[in-house]
Amino acid sequence: MSKEPVAVVGIGQTRHVAARRDVSLAGLVREAARRALQDAELTWADIDAVVIGKAPDFFEGVMMPELYLADALGAVGKPMLRVHTAGSVGGSTALVAANLVAARVHGTVLTLAFEKQSESNAMWGLSLPIPFQQPLLAGAGGFFAPHIRAYMRRSGAPETIGALVAYKDRRNALKNPYAHLHEHDITLDKVMASPMLWDPIRYSETCPSSDGACAMVLTGRAGAARAPHPPAWMLGGAMRSEPTLFAGKDFVSPQAGQDCAADVYRQAGITDPRREIDGAEIYVPFSWYEPMWLENLGFADAGEGWKLTETGVTELDGALPVNMSGGVLSANPIGASGMIRFAEAALQVRGQAGEHQVDGARRVLGHAYGGGSQFFSMWLVGDRPPDS
Amino acid sequence: MTSAPRDREIAVVAFAQTAHRRTSEELSEVEMLMPVLHEVLDRTGLKTADIDFTCSGSSDYLAGRAFSFTLALDGVGAWPPISESHVEMDGAWALYEAWTKLLTGDADTALVYSYGKSSPGSVRDVLTRQLDPYYVAPLWPDSVALAALQAQALIDARDTDEPALAAVASRNREAATTNPHAQLRGPVPQGDYLVQPLRTGDCPPIGDGAAAVILAAGDRARDLCDRPAWIRGIDHRIEAHGLGVRDLTDSPSTRLAAERAGVFERPVDTAELHAPFTAQEVVLRKALRLGEDVDVNPSGGALAANPIMAAGLIRIGEAAARIHRGASDRALAHATSGPCLQQNLVAVLEGERR
Repeated sequence: MSKEPVAVVGIGQTRHVAARRDVSLAGLVREAARRALQDAELTWADIDAVVIGKAPDFFEGVMMPELYLADALGAVGKPMLRVHTAGSVGGSTALVAANLVAARVHGTVLTLAFEKQSESNAMWGLSLPIPFQQPLLAGAGGFFAPHIRAYMRRSGAPETIGALVAYKDRRNALKNPYAHLHEHDITLDKVMASPMLWDPIRYSETCPSSDGACAMVLTGRAGAARAPHPPAWMLGGAMRSEPTLFAGKDFVSPQAGQDCAADVYRQAGITDPRREIDGAEIYVPFSWYEPMWLENLGFADAGEGWKLTETGVTELDGALPVNMSGGVLSANPIGASGMIRFAEAALQVRGQAGEHQVDGARRVLGHAYGGGSQFFSMWLVGDRPPDS
Repeated sequence: MTSAPRDREIAVVAFAQTAHRRTSEELSEVEMLMPVLHEVLDRTGLKTADIDFTCSGSSDYLAGRAFSFTLALDGVGAWPPISESHVEMDGAWALYEAWTKLLTGDADTALVYSYGKSSPGSVRDVLTRQLDPYYVAPLWPDSVALAALQAQALIDARDTDEPALAAVASRNREAATTNPHAQLRGPVPQGDYLVQPLRTGDCPPIGDGAAAVILAAGDRARDLCDRPAWIRGIDHRIEAHGLGVRDLTDSPSTRLAAERAGVFERPVDTAELHAPFTAQEVVLRKALRLGEDVDVNPSGGALAANPIMAAGLIRIGEAAARIHRGASDRALAHATSGPCLQQNLVAVLEGERR
């Protein structure tokens, strides 16, 4: 059977900030959703279903908040699904929504992901004690630092790579009006002089804690034909999961990430990602994950990812720009962060990324991961429908 | 339009569930779930590696911790890596996501599971955290109190009365006599008022449990099951959250989902309703236009066992199992979420004529 091609015809996000005290949870999500509808020149009545995602409910202290948010998202009388796949959730949510269109269950779907970390305390939300289990190691950085060390030893990467990534992403963020961190006086020296948090991760190499939401309107061929602006077309999309902890797990380059990327490339007919893909929005919450994921995603051979970073290939004007928007390092409303990657990839191929636009971007990857590097979701979008 | 004919048929081919119990404190969620996963796979002869897509439903708030579903994934044995997703909803919605995935043609088989342990905390208090966090949740109105508002609205509208509600309870629990998985079986006293007009007998037991289902498409389903329960239609709808803007004596979202799922095109012989409170069965029977000739909740329904997050998936599983056994030809399954039936899912399952 043939699938309906999926087009992104509307994108909206909020300005991501440490605390949006001026809006409720409902106000925050509605702001992003309205912007996506406005972009698509559609109204609430044009939406057939809503798919919403966020990271754990404990982050805001609201159990299954989609119930409360149904009214704010115009979902009353419609189907509403709530996806939760840890940090990869923003990407997974978009893929679940895309499947509704691809399966021709619905014509036009609104998908949205959010986090309002200021409503509660994410550290507390992640730190509820469970009997007979190790406590989380001083936050996500404590969990990921040893894996970064393993990567450094395995690849022989110089210690400066992480700072180069952070310096690049924070400069890219200056061109993105929605990014949380706008550090106009950023320098490489400042990144390297910032306090060490979880060796080798420095303060300026970590993501901020943000409030924010991101929304997209997805539709099929007929909807795309009516769209006022050029759509982005989904050329491939996939999710993969593997267990959290087991003896055979490679935390530096998890098999699930490799398999997920391979599936996306197969669907999109990509055989040489490094040459055939024009940019990537990759989920990099700690700067060292840029070279690690470049290898995991097949943009570089094992142990070579850091060389792309060091030689400037991943700069905004490089041959393979990575995190043109400033990435997760510059804005991290956790549940939304994956969808922002997906949406920024779509903005690029629509030619609507503004100051951080990559000239002539035709195929761009959006990537998200979550848990202990165990959940992956990705899509590749293009400026042409999949068949042409 | 969900009820439109499709070129890909999808069926429930296997179902398994735990014995639901008031407490399972000696078991982790994963330990509770594992036997169910093994049982449902054994029924089809499939192994984890044969499953194209896996989707689960659960709630962190029952587990009392963030990312609780990640450990359940370890129990599935997700190695080599699997194509997998999770909804923070009842497993019935995980089944809906899996059904969508199978429709795209990207998968031929799917494993769907869900689980919930209500015993470690006070589930009435926990569920208040589902409510509007600014204006309602701070007042801690609990799930029984909200259900009592709905029951009283029905009594005021003369749609039911207390003896009729007691009859709903006794009929469900009588039916559960033959259900080895049910938590409450056989005659149960209607008891004292918990929150007027609801007595303990009008309310579901609090319990722990898990369930799993395997879906398969087309000929794969016929290979795996002698009589697959074909999903002829499935749809779900949500209503406004605020109780003050809803008519609590009606369930327009259930009616709409049923229309979209094709329920009203031909009569059903069985209906498994996710009605944790007796009064909610009255609302659902009306919305679904179920006559006395329909066998409602032959399993005993949620009044006999209500493991939160799994009770909706169990309704689909029980309806499918009846078709597998030849006890039903066309069954309706319903799942609900949110206070006073805010969100409702309806599926129509059919067995091939013999």
